[in-house]
Amino acid sequence: MQQMQRTYEVMFIVRPDLTEEDTDKLIATLQGHATTAGATVLTTEKMGRRRLAYDVKKFSDGQYVLLTVNADGKAIHELERRLRVAEPVIKFITVRTDEDQQRLDKVKKLRESKKRRPVEPAAAPESQSPSPAVNA
Amino acid sequence: MADEGNQEVSTPAPRPYTPRESRGPGGPGGAGAGRDGGRKFFRRKKVCKFCVEKIDDINYKDVRLLQGFVAERGKIVPRRLTGVCTPHQRRLTAAIKRARNIALLPFAAR
Repeated sequence: MQQMQRTYEVMFIVRPDLTEEDTDKLIATLQGHATTAGATVLTTEKMGRRRLAYDVKKFSDGQYVLLTVNADGKAIHELERRLRVAEPVIKFITVRTDEDQQRLDKVKKLRESKKRRPVEPAAAPESQSPSPAVNA
Repeated sequence: MADEGNQEVSTPAPRPYTPRESRGPGGPGGAGAGRDGGRKFFRRKKVCKFCVEKIDDINYKDVRLLQGFVAERGKIVPRRLTGVCTPHQRRLTAAIKRARNIALLPFAAR
């Protein structure tokens, strides 16, 4: 059975003592694994070196990498397994983003429709209210 | 960007309690006046930062934003102090917890 394709963000931290080249290589292999598992990698972003808020595996800083992928559950499962096994990866998190994105789009649409509307009702009540005051 | 270790105090805190009117000599410990109700001091109505600035997406990656709602020790600041509305506080909490999981924010500082 075909599983649902969803959008996920996979963020992981690479140990700081890895060289730039090795990091790139690692990302490339992970991307390769992801695609063979049936996922499509949308974007890859190296967010650079950052101080960790707490020590992870005795490292106090690390390089953050963010992948956005279109994948089904199985592919994500496989990718997470790879991340767990990969020695230079010290921490990772996977977040499903499609539902949130949907919500954001909805809010955005709502806001735009609200922006256009208020022009009409603002004029209408004004013409009505003065007339009873004159009669009384 | 790289070292938030100690400077987190200087981040724009979400206007903590009692921005009161210029009543009284303004003695030390203005924060202590937080509990004795609104009759003595005028307390500005706190408004939800996310509603006012129309921030729809409370993202766990936005450390700068989240840090304003985390106390010095890394605790999530309650709604009654920050004035964030319930739906936004819920999203905020989720985002902070996510950020903690990926070491962007501390579980407990120091």
